[in-house]
Amino acid sequence: MRGQTESLPTSTGVVLRDQSGKTVVEAHGDWTVETVGRFDAAIRNVEASVEPENIVIDLDHLGRIDTAGAYLLGRTMRRCGVPDADFHYIGHHPVARRLIEEVRRRSQICPPEQPAGFGIGKALARIGSGLEAAYVETVDTLGFFGQTLTTGMRALVKPSSFRLTSTIWAMEEVGVNAMPIVAVLSFFIGAVVAYMGATLLTSLGLSVFSVELVGVSVLREFGVLITAIMLAGRSDSAFTASIGAMKMQQEIDAMRVLGLDPFEVLVLPRVVACVLMAPLLTFAAMISGIFGGMLVTWSATDISPAMFIARFHAEVDWTHFWVGMSKAPIFGLIIAIIGCRQGMKVGGDVESLGRRVTASVVQSIFIVIVVEALFAMMYMELDI
Amino acid sequence: MTADILISVRGLHTAFGKHVIHDGLDLDIRRGEILGLVGGSGTGKTVLMNAILGLQKYDGGEILFDGKHIDKLNSAERHRLESRWGVLFQNGALFTSLTVLENVMAPLREHVDMPLALMEEIAGMKLGLAGLDPSVADRFPSELSGGMRKRVALARALALDPDILFLDEPTAGLDPIGANAFDALILELSRALDLTVLMITHDLDSLFAICDRIAVLADKRVAAVAPVEALMRNPHPWIQEYFHGPRGRTAAGGKGS
Repeated sequence: MRGQTESLPTSTGVVLRDQSGKTVVEAHGDWTVETVGRFDAAIRNVEASVEPENIVIDLDHLGRIDTAGAYLLGRTMRRCGVPDADFHYIGHHPVARRLIEEVRRRSQICPPEQPAGFGIGKALARIGSGLEAAYVETVDTLGFFGQTLTTGMRALVKPSSFRLTSTIWAMEEVGVNAMPIVAVLSFFIGAVVAYMGATLLTSLGLSVFSVELVGVSVLREFGVLITAIMLAGRSDSAFTASIGAMKMQQEIDAMRVLGLDPFEVLVLPRVVACVLMAPLLTFAAMISGIFGGMLVTWSATDISPAMFIARFHAEVDWTHFWVGMSKAPIFGLIIAIIGCRQGMKVGGDVESLGRRVTASVVQSIFIVIVVEALFAMMYMELDI
Repeated sequence: MTADILISVRGLHTAFGKHVIHDGLDLDIRRGEILGLVGGSGTGKTVLMNAILGLQKYDGGEILFDGKHIDKLNSAERHRLESRWGVLFQNGALFTSLTVLENVMAPLREHVDMPLALMEEIAGMKLGLAGLDPSVADRFPSELSGGMRKRVALARALALDPDILFLDEPTAGLDPIGANAFDALILELSRALDLTVLMITHDLDSLFAICDRIAVLADKRVAAVAPVEALMRNPHPWIQEYFHGPRGRTAAGGKGS
C-alpha cells in the first residue's frame, strides 16, 4: 500500500520456486507503475513455460502495489478456469488480492493490432483514392463557388441581407493591414528585376530598356502575383483558421439552427472584401515595385529617376496596367473561395484544422499560378 | 492532524482584472479523502483547481503540497509531482492527434521506463478500468461520444496510478447508469489505492454517494467544509438552497433509504 515503505529487496522482483508440483511466483518489493517494467520479461517467461492452473502467487514479500502491478500479477491467471480460486494465492497482503481481482474483472487484454498490408495493390489503391479525392475536391470547390454566387445574387436582390459591417472589417483585415507587407515585397521584386535587367542589358549596350523591363514585368505579372501570393499566405490561412475554429466550436451549426446562413454571414463578406481589395493591393504593389526598379536602375546604370519616368510615360503602354489589374479581382475571388471552403470543411479535431489551413494555402497558390499561366496564354493569343 | 494534510491552500487570492474570484481562500485536502467541491457557476471552482495545478497564476496566498511550496519546486521535483497527480479536465482535453490508446500511454511514455508491449497492455487495462471496451483503443477522440471521451480522459488520468486525482465534473454528461458506475469506480480506486480525490461536481448523487467531505465555494472563499450530513445543517443560505432544493432532497432521500 502506498505510504508503507518497508525496505524490501526491489531489485529481484520475481522469485520462482517449486512447491508440490506448483510453481510459486514470489512477488518481491514494490509492484508499481514505475517498477513493473523490469518484471515484465520474467512474468512472460512464467506464462510461457508453466500451465496456468499450476501458478501460485505468493504475496508475502510484496511491498506497494498499484493497478499496473496488479495487472501484471493477474495476467498470469487469465487463462485459468477459476482465476480467483484460493489455491492461486498464498501469503497475505492488505490490498493486493482485491486489486488483482478488480483489475482483472474490469479489463481484458487488448487484441493485437493487425499488421498493415504492403504491395502493389496498396500502392494502386492509394493512387486511385488520391485521384478520386482530387476530383471530389474540384467538384466540391465549384459547388461552393456556385453557392457563394447564389448568395451574392440574393444579396443583390435584397441588399438588406448583406453584412456591411463584416465586409468592412474583412476589408481592413485583408486590404489595409496587408498593404505594408505587399508593398515591401513588391519593392524588392522590382529591385531584383531591375538588377538582373540592368546587368544584362548594359552588357548589350541597351541599358535604357531596363525601364521597359521593370515596367512591363511589374505591371503585367509581378504586381498582381505578389499580391495574390501574399493574400493566399496571409488572409487565406486566417479565413480557414477563423471559420474552422467556429466550425469546431459548433458555432456554424448554431448559426444554421438560428436561421442564419453561414454563407451570408461568413463567406460573402470575406469574398467581397477580397475581390474589392485585391485590385487596390495590386495597385500599391505596382507603384512600389516600379519605385524599387527605378531606384536600382538609378544606382546600377546612369538612368536618373526623371529620365526613368519620362521613358516610362513614353514607352510603357497603359494596356500592361490593365492586363495586370484585370487579374486581381479574379485572384481575390479564387483565394477567398478556397479559404472559406477549407474553413467550412474543418472537422471536430485540431488536427483537421491544421490540415485544412495547409490545404487552403497550397491550393490557392497552386490555382493562382495555374490561372496566371492561362491568362498569359489568353492575352498572348489576343495580342494584348 | 497536520500530517494528514496533503494539499493546503492558504489565503489564496485570484482575480481576472478587477473581477476578484477568490479573496483569502483557505482549503485543506486530507490524504486519502474524497473531497467534493461545489459552488454556483462562476465561483471559481475550476480556477481553484487550476491554481493548485499551476495552470492559473494567483495574485496572493500560498499553495502547499506535502508541506512544500508548489511554486518553489525545482524542475525535477516538479516533474516528480506531475507523475503523482492525475487530472480529468472538464471537456476531457484529449490529444486529438493521438488514438485513444496513445492518449492513455502518453503519461506512461513521459514518466515511466517499460517495454512498449507492456505499456500498451497497461493502457488497455486502464481503458477497461474506466469502463471502456478494448475496441475503442484504435479510434480517435473525435470519433467518440462525450461520455466515452470522459472515460478515456479518466483512463489517462489514472495511467500513472496517481496519489491524487483532480476531477472536474467527472459525471457531467454521463447517463445515470454510467455516472453511478463512475462513482463506484472512483470510490473503489480511492479505497484500494489510497487515492486522494478532489472532485468538482454538481452531481448531488455523487456528493452523497462517495464524498467524504464537501467544500462549498461561496462569497469568494470556502464557506464550509464538512461531511454531507453536517453540511446539510449549515445555515448558509446558498447551502440550504443547494441541499434542500428538490434535487437535493431526492438525492438525500435516495441515500437515506
